Amino acid sequence: MKAISIENISKKYILSHKKKKFQNLKESISGFLGGLFTSKDEEETKEVFWALQNVSFDIEQGDRIGIVGSNGAGKSTLLKILSRITEPTNGQVKVNGRMASLLEVGTGFHPDLTGRENIFLNGAILGMKQQEIKRQFDEIVSFAGIEKFLDTPVKRYSSGMYVRLGFAIAAHLEPEILIVDEVLAVGDSEFQKKCLGKMKDVSSSGRTILFVSHNSTAIQGLCNKAAFLQKGNLVKYGEVGEVLHDYMTSISKFQLQQNWETPDNAPGNDQVRIKNIEVIPEFVNGSKNIDVRTPMKINIEFWNMLELAHLNLSIFLYNMTGECVFNVGSQAKTFSKGLITGILEIPANFLNDGSYYISAMIVKDTADPIYFMEDAISFDVADWREGTNWYGKWPGAVRPINISVKTWKVDGLI
Amino acid sequence: MERNEVVIKAGKSALNYWREVWRQRELFWILGKRDVMVRYKQTVLGVAWGVIRPLMTALVMVFAFGKIAKLDQDSSIPYMLVVIPGVIIWLFFSQSLSQISNSIVGNGNLVSKVYFPRIIIPFSSLLVGLLDAIIAFLIFFVFCIYYQFFPSWHILLAPIFLILAYLAAFGSGLFASVLNVKYRDIAQIIPFVVQFGYFISPVAYSSERVKNEWWYPIYNLNPVAGAIDGMRWSLLGDFAKFNWPSFISLLIFVIISVLFSIWFFRKNENSFVDHL
Repeated sequence: MKAISIENISKKYILSHKKKKFQNLKESISGFLGGLFTSKDEEETKEVFWALQNVSFDIEQGDRIGIVGSNGAGKSTLLKILSRITEPTNGQVKVNGRMASLLEVGTGFHPDLTGRENIFLNGAILGMKQQEIKRQFDEIVSFAGIEKFLDTPVKRYSSGMYVRLGFAIAAHLEPEILIVDEVLAVGDSEFQKKCLGKMKDVSSSGRTILFVSHNSTAIQGLCNKAAFLQKGNLVKYGEVGEVLHDYMTSISKFQLQQNWETPDNAPGNDQVRIKNIEVIPEFVNGSKNIDVRTPMKINIEFWNMLELAHLNLSIFLYNMTGECVFNVGSQAKTFSKGLITGILEIPANFLNDGSYYISAMIVKDTADPIYFMEDAISFDVADWREGTNWYGKWPGAVRPINISVKTWKVDGLI
Repeated sequence: MERNEVVIKAGKSALNYWREVWRQRELFWILGKRDVMVRYKQTVLGVAWGVIRPLMTALVMVFAFGKIAKLDQDSSIPYMLVVIPGVIIWLFFSQSLSQISNSIVGNGNLVSKVYFPRIIIPFSSLLVGLLDAIIAFLIFFVFCIYYQFFPSWHILLAPIFLILAYLAAFGSGLFASVLNVKYRDIAQIIPFVVQFGYFISPVAYSSERVKNEWWYPIYNLNPVAGAIDGMRWSLLGDFAKFNWPSFISLLIFVIISVLFSIWFFRKNENSFVDHL
């Protein structure tokens, strides 16, 4: 059965530039009166902006849909239309079943009211009956872990407590269709784990979920289908893995190779010049993008213009925050003039998910760096995991799965 | 759990709308209760402010109009009793008007994040003012005992005038609340109306006094005048005359403004979020 069917919806916004259409009462009146007496050839630069354009897809009951897309793709507009906060300009949406949307945690919390009062207020705003809230009250409080602060005004809560309480209430809504926007972007990892666990519970009970997130790991783990929006258009809708792949490749700004034909324009100096530097992934299991399972080679070629130089090649790997994950070098060897190649192999199941940058340094006489090429290439490692219910960010600069932790039983219970 | 299909598209049917308002009626109480609860949070005197405000207003007016302007000289009953009905209606009206006109903007966080029929928000602003009005009534009874004044059966009709005053505030406030979303000028105008409105309404004097003036018919067009005259008649019995012209103009004002404002509100409510 269809839970939601979205038929050709579009949403138009009008952006007016320079000359604004009456923004206060005076302008409105004078503009209106002026309009009576002057012809309307006065140029008003209006731009029609389509936040969504002819988007249609059907969501079956029990589907868990992830919605992905870069900023401004129309994700939030779509959610706003589905949760009825704003109307579509064209088209229609049919919704079957009780729907709750969670575009923000703690909507309508009043800072002066206590936790207890806010539970009832927020619950009612989200569409719960007072009876339902009473029944679930204790559960909400213990899920949020705020027992001690139940009678404290929420303005004195720490931001963590505030968010936990907000999510706890929302988590105890029992809708047939749940719409969630980026809620997981807040809170510590402990709490994110809890949220995802709760959403997992909801989805396994056969309810329909729509979930917007930038955390593709979470989408991969939670959803069975995904919709990829770009500039207001639906680019792809279907099985989650395929859609995520398309999305990832579309946003990938990473440069896997830099190559120069002749030494004349290549980076370097009169001693060495770089010819080629690239990452060569060896895809396994038919996957099309680099993930944590993908082994890869870093290949660097450079022209040596020194006669009988004692050189070694040093490669630096940095993570997104700019920390050096490792630095490894080749044995120093004596080379005559010519093209020199160096290869670094990064094994599978070694890097963590995230973005990495490579810098290369050519060192003479094991102590004298003659050329340092910073941030030469970069690549992105996608996440992949199995046998876990946890989809938060895996910590660490590397994720060497082969260095395992072993456990065994040594004794019976005392 | 009800199983019905909801269709989301531009423009919705009125019937569904009111059915939805009814289904979410609990929210009306919750939001109203919130406003009441929040009102006196972190105050030392708490609900006592509900007593102090009307009492001080009445005392100041008795002093200014009764003693300084010497209007109390030809009053056959204590001047305090003449002033209180005016104060009850005026405070109730002005408070409801400011609350309602600011209700959509003031609850912008709700409007932009959750769906429910928006009209519940201005509706729920009733409760705060109503609570104050009830307290003001109690003050009136205390003064009745003090002055040994016994109200007539007219008092049973008092709620009618309270309701009419509310509807007048609702009609004009609802219209203002919609405009306020787009034009924040309204937020400047309303305090001004509230500040000076009581000079053109018979709050601290009886409208009997001005009935021989040539502008009296225009004066009667003020809906607040109608509500205050009616309230005074119901609380003071034979000591105040029922003012039919002002009552009828109040009725007409209420019917037209409420219907028009609701239409206007419904027409605009779906675009609130784009202007907040």
